[in-house]
Amino acid sequence: MASLKDMRNRIASVKATRKITKAMQLVAAAKLRRAQEAATAARPYAQRMDQVLANVAGRVTNRDGASPLLVGTGKDDVHLLIVMTAERGLCGGFNGNIAKLARADANRLMAAGKKVKIMTVGRKGADNLRRDFGKQIVERIELRGVKQVNATHAEDVSGKVLAMFEKGEFDVATMYFAEFKSVIAQKPTALQLIPARVPEAKPADGKAAAGPTADYDYEPSEEEVLNFLLDRNISTQIFRGLLENAASEQGARMSAMDNATRNAGDMINKLTIKYNRQRQAQITKELIEIISGAEAL
Amino acid sequence: MAGTFKFELVSPERIVMSVDADQVRLPGSDGDFTVLAGHSPVIANLRPGTVDVMVQGVTKRVFLKSGFADVQPDVLTVLAKDATDVAELTGARLAAEIEMAELAFKDAKHDEDRRMAYDAVMQLKLLQGGKAA
Repeated sequence: MASLKDMRNRIASVKATRKITKAMQLVAAAKLRRAQEAATAARPYAQRMDQVLANVAGRVTNRDGASPLLVGTGKDDVHLLIVMTAERGLCGGFNGNIAKLARADANRLMAAGKKVKIMTVGRKGADNLRRDFGKQIVERIELRGVKQVNATHAEDVSGKVLAMFEKGEFDVATMYFAEFKSVIAQKPTALQLIPARVPEAKPADGKAAAGPTADYDYEPSEEEVLNFLLDRNISTQIFRGLLENAASEQGARMSAMDNATRNAGDMINKLTIKYNRQRQAQITKELIEIISGAEAL
Repeated sequence: MAGTFKFELVSPERIVMSVDADQVRLPGSDGDFTVLAGHSPVIANLRPGTVDVMVQGVTKRVFLKSGFADVQPDVLTVLAKDATDVAELTGARLAAEIEMAELAFKDAKHDEDRRMAYDAVMQLKLLQGGKAA
């Protein structure tokens, strides 16, 4: 049986832990709001990009000499997996889930005889995959100390991806990140970047239905506009992934820390009850000793 | 005057500007062009330069490094990478931008990149000269 002093210490330490997890939860909540705002603010750009890309791509795809970014290299021997995770832990299953999805895909591809290369963005993903796929990791990008991801970070990543693609180092690129569904739900998602998955032109949209796409003039030319768009599209998609990930990370951390805070509270209650019982038992014991001592006289 | 049209300047991070404009001058890759309401639909690549937006007779200038414009009769959308209000580009900030652009010019690997970077340097220096005068 632990002594009363031990139990007091134990309770104090759990209380300290609860304070920390509570603080982390509040910080995550504040950061989540900012991350969500950033993700929302970035949406119009991606949407318009999709729209224009859908318009242009539909017209150029079937021609000869279309960009390999759009139609692929004609092979799918070498796969590049871009695994995006957080820089820090203590956010529940967030990092683990993304790594798990990437790991499953990597194993599947390797079993099918394909070559796999892995690029990690974020330290936790690299840590997680290093043991199983140490040889496959070709590039590690860390965003440590980055408070708010901006387009420049996405640019860095996409620059590296495009440079590798130009050198013919892979045929297919897939990006892994956690889609932000809600504060309590983040879904690990795989998104193919190269060859580009062209969004469907939306016929439901009144303006698009009239088929104005055919009326567009292009300056300097359709091909050049498309090539520029495809380049930009990669970094736009990566940027979206980074933003979604940032929001998901904070959401995951918030619910993980909420749980931890609650558990700590339960534990404190239990320990306090135990402590009081023991204290009372001791008082009773002492009383009995005094009384029986007095009676013996 | 043919009336106004909706002008939106969107950067990857946010919507920078969303106004009803009288006219907008864009630095197209084949030369500057001005868009008025009712312009025929064009998708154009942009080179580094300034966009002049005229709203109710007042002109606002924004510098952008690259991007493209989606012109429709009643809407003009510019998707820009890096859009900066020219009013904010002064002194040290401008000098830093020029330095960065010059670095990009030196590092450029393709003719295309080099040309873009050169344009950026020239345009920025032009702004600097304009400010000094």
